[in-house]
Amino acid sequence: MGNYAIETVGLNFNFGNQAIVKDLSLQVPKGSIYGFLGPNGAGKTTTIKILLNLLKSPSDQVFIFGKEINSNRISVLKRIGALVEQPAIYGHLTGKENLVNRCIVLGIKKAKADEMLSLVGLAEASNKKANKYSLGMKQRLGIAQALISDPELLLLDEPTNGLDPNGIIEVRNLMIDLATKHQKTILVSSHLLAEIERTATHVGIINQGQLLFQGTINELHLLSKPSLEIEVNNIEDACTLLIKQGYEVTAKTERIITLPFISSQNSGELNTLLIQNGFIVSSLYQQRKDLENLFLDITKAN
Amino acid sequence: MHALYISLRSEFYKSRKTLAFWAAILLPLIICGLISSGFYYDAKKIIAGHYPPILLWARYSGASLNVMGFLIMPFYVIFMAFSVNNIEHKNDTWKMLFAQPLQKFSIYAAKYLYAILLIFICLFLFATLTFAFGHFLQLMVPKFNFDQYNPLKILINSYTKLFLASLGILSLQFIFSLLWSDFLKPMGIGFVGTIMGIITANIGWKYAYLNPYSLPTLALRITKVKQGDDPLAFPVFTQEIWTSLIYASVLFIIGYFIVTKKSIK
Repeated sequence: MGNYAIETVGLNFNFGNQAIVKDLSLQVPKGSIYGFLGPNGAGKTTTIKILLNLLKSPSDQVFIFGKEINSNRISVLKRIGALVEQPAIYGHLTGKENLVNRCIVLGIKKAKADEMLSLVGLAEASNKKANKYSLGMKQRLGIAQALISDPELLLLDEPTNGLDPNGIIEVRNLMIDLATKHQKTILVSSHLLAEIERTATHVGIINQGQLLFQGTINELHLLSKPSLEIEVNNIEDACTLLIKQGYEVTAKTERIITLPFISSQNSGELNTLLIQNGFIVSSLYQQRKDLENLFLDITKAN
Repeated sequence: MHALYISLRSEFYKSRKTLAFWAAILLPLIICGLISSGFYYDAKKIIAGHYPPILLWARYSGASLNVMGFLIMPFYVIFMAFSVNNIEHKNDTWKMLFAQPLQKFSIYAAKYLYAILLIFICLFLFATLTFAFGHFLQLMVPKFNFDQYNPLKILINSYTKLFLASLGILSLQFIFSLLWSDFLKPMGIGFVGTIMGIITANIGWKYAYLNPYSLPTLALRITKVKQGDDPLAFPVFTQEIWTSLIYASVLFIIGYFIVTKKSIK
């Protein structure tokens, strides 16, 4: 338990008769960026709310830095910064006033507000009313609010929502920076596998309230076997040739043949083989499994 | 205690630019200003009435006290209770508030105390401005006899009663605005309650004091000055004030239990 920033032990949570989280056992190692992956409605936000004690969990099922959350609510919350769903921002206050208000609540110096605004690139808009901010700016302000107390653990619920590509890269780099240089533990939720793959060191996949996979990013990569898609003319003959040469064709459509991806070199060899046999290869690319297919794989494996 | 203090500071910081905060200052300023203007422009007629100083003060201060007690006060309290919680409903900030390392009781009590504080400021300004504008009228129209009677005690007693009598409504409306994010439900219930309160208080129904909305009206009726009586002799802590305080205490506790069970979905 000592090595985990977050540990849930067989966590169950219901809204009325509806089970939202079922027997969830999260293990988030200290110093990791834990990608909490799942489709919309999988129970990610509910889990984050439980971790913040916004939703009351049964006792002895949620531990933050080894402390049971219900009996240590305040000391646990002192160590957490969070962004849940839409950023919680007072629209009639400016960006800076929102952060100053947070400084008042947390008993920290108001100068921290300017520091955070610069960090998230909102220094120039600091005196603009928050209800005039774009969605991306609000998201940044939400991240600044989460970071202002310099917490050891950050819970970020879909933090790149509404951000433009530059904003997404900035948040991604910020997370990596916080984890590597400042030894923060970050739990970041997303429904995009590609997004998580770029930042996370560890991954948990949740669907319909159940944890389907938990492990390091490398362990996930082993599960998420990529495929090779080849767009070629004369599909039938091309398939026959590839099978004759000992390749495994996993699928074919009118235009595309799909094979397991082995390596870049192997893909090149396949390309050469087809061309040397008179086929016209229009495109050849590595295709990662999307989340849906990965879920199917993981479900099958379980 | 520290958590309560910082929560209270945060409430002030958040609301200092809102209508709810400024209403506490502007309402007494506008009403006392209008009444004083009326007395200034009608000075000749009023002076011709040859009111003794005590009755002149009673007529002058009664103008604002009556309009407050009967109508504005209940609606003002309903609006205050709504505003303090609505700031969180409107911005969807309950989740942020309850994810802070603060006792839930401090967050709840700070909101409740802040609403009380705004009502106190409002009524304190009413009493102060009534007193100050009365003396200012005396300066402007020397034929008035405001300077021949000191109304301070009666003003303090009346507004203290009005303040204490409004706490029952505040606690009830505070719970409504905790439960519902929209304005119509608490306002609708408050409106019906207030009308019922005025009617039951005015027809002299013996159980009228059990309706919290009738308490400000009842509290003021007893302080009406009768000729020949000592206007300073009325007690502050009468039946309706105790009823209001009991309502306030019980509903404050119930409100806290609602907050502790409140799930941030």
